[in-house]
Amino acid sequence: MSNALKTRYDVAVIGAGPAGLAAAAVTARAGLETIVLDENPSPGGQVYRAVTTSPLHATKVLGDDYRRGLDLVRELERSGAQLVSATTVWSVSRELEVGISRHGRAQLLSARRIVLATGALERPFPIPGWTLPGVMTVGAAQTLLKSSGLVPQGSVVLAGLGPLLWLYAAQLLNAGASINAILETTPRRNLLSAVPYAPAFLLSPYFSKGLALLARVRRRVRILPGATRIAAVGDSQIQAVRFVARGREIRLPVDNLLLHQGVAPNVNLAMSIGVEHRWDALQLCWRPIADEFGRTSIPGIAVAGDGAGICGAWAAEQRGRLAGLRIVNDLAGGRVAEAPSEQSLRQSLRRWQIGRGFLDRLYQPAAQFRVPEDDAVIVCRCEEVTAGQVRHAVRIGCEGPNQLKSFLRCGMGPCQGRLCGLTVTELMAAERRVAPQAVGYYRLRPPVKPITLAELASLPRSDAAESAVVRE
Amino acid sequence: MFARLAAVDETSVSLRIDGEPIEARPGDTVAAALLAAGFQHCRTSAVSGALRAPYCMMGVCFDCLVNIDGVGNRQSCLVPVREGMKVELQRGKRAPVA
Repeated sequence: MSNALKTRYDVAVIGAGPAGLAAAAVTARAGLETIVLDENPSPGGQVYRAVTTSPLHATKVLGDDYRRGLDLVRELERSGAQLVSATTVWSVSRELEVGISRHGRAQLLSARRIVLATGALERPFPIPGWTLPGVMTVGAAQTLLKSSGLVPQGSVVLAGLGPLLWLYAAQLLNAGASINAILETTPRRNLLSAVPYAPAFLLSPYFSKGLALLARVRRRVRILPGATRIAAVGDSQIQAVRFVARGREIRLPVDNLLLHQGVAPNVNLAMSIGVEHRWDALQLCWRPIADEFGRTSIPGIAVAGDGAGICGAWAAEQRGRLAGLRIVNDLAGGRVAEAPSEQSLRQSLRRWQIGRGFLDRLYQPAAQFRVPEDDAVIVCRCEEVTAGQVRHAVRIGCEGPNQLKSFLRCGMGPCQGRLCGLTVTELMAAERRVAPQAVGYYRLRPPVKPITLAELASLPRSDAAESAVVRE
Repeated sequence: MFARLAAVDETSVSLRIDGEPIEARPGDTVAAALLAAGFQHCRTSAVSGALRAPYCMMGVCFDCLVNIDGVGNRQSCLVPVREGMKVELQRGKRAPVA
């Protein structure tokens, strides 16, 4: 695979997780010139992070499903698609031009079709002390395990809910590491709303996997269900976690507090292009409006995988293939001999999505962990804006997240709202007593990732661009 | 604090963090190397000066910003370690002056 970049491609896929790898393999196999751009040092996305380089590849620590990532990487390699890792996409335009930064140099390339496969990020978990060293997300700790074989030391406490939390707990136990406690935050009433969807979930491949995982962790770790009012306590480093369970306030000494409240689509890039999004009242997040092939409101731009709405790694793959297949039909009609049939992809997607409604309801995070009750809790980690400040801004007339920027700089730090956006939307909606959709989101603009001025300045300039700013 | 599993092969990349020599494993990101070497934080925040450590490890939270080989505001969770790399913990808004 050559790593010299061209300036034009048929298909540019952004993100080398399951959806991106699968989409690119389909389009490249049909003879379309395909490039996959990915920010991480090696392919796999977050779910198969470091799958080609993990020091644990020969062990059973990470489990069998992790190996699926290797199949996808091999499939991509055989397809002839060009994979470019360690490359940041900082802009995509409506004209399908992609701005990238690679080895400290900026570059522009164009494509006839673009697939955004930017995956998911962990939902913000705004509680007192969540910015303290010693507190990180479960996903972050799992990345350290996958890519570097690192395990947390001392008193390790996991808090939150969702499949990833249980998977990581099982992986830690596989690795011989110990967990002091798991503070489970699943609200009791979630079970009631999930029960009608249980029969479908029984048919899901995730059912038996999940059940075995839960049983194994529950046998070996102290589980504290119904944890509320969780707070990280410490001065310059976490020392303890404080919470309420069964009406009792408990304090546990902690060295590592790992937080998780599920995942949400990573929509920054799609939003910056102007792709239309809608608030998903079940998954409690913004999701791009797209058809079954991932086609969005902008011609030529498709979304696939968790970035199009949380669906899990196996479904993400199928969504990637469907997006790829549609592009093959559009651009290379007739050269689809090797492509999977649309019908078989749909079947496979259905198989992996069956029972999703159960998981979405069971693991819907409680309001108190999405919208902090305590006014002193930091909501925007970058600009250190508290829930109380946001509430006050609403009271004096601020209507939405975008306007909030000029009130408080909230969402204007380097993370560009990734770690506060969902909280801010829901917090402002609750304070105004309107739906999140009515409150909206930050207006996002490129560059969606930081790029140095020197890099921007080194980009080739067209005559038109020059004459637009130069006065004779 | 994080520790390397015994099953993981020997470390072999040398770099410096705030002048202190540390060893990392090829394939580590700077953030992983920092945590493995026992650093509890990587920067002080731009607004209040509070200590911060890597939080997401996937390039979205920007809490792992450090100065790498003279360039500030680098996301240490995305940059792989390289032999001879010079990393400085980031203090406040600006990278420390060399």
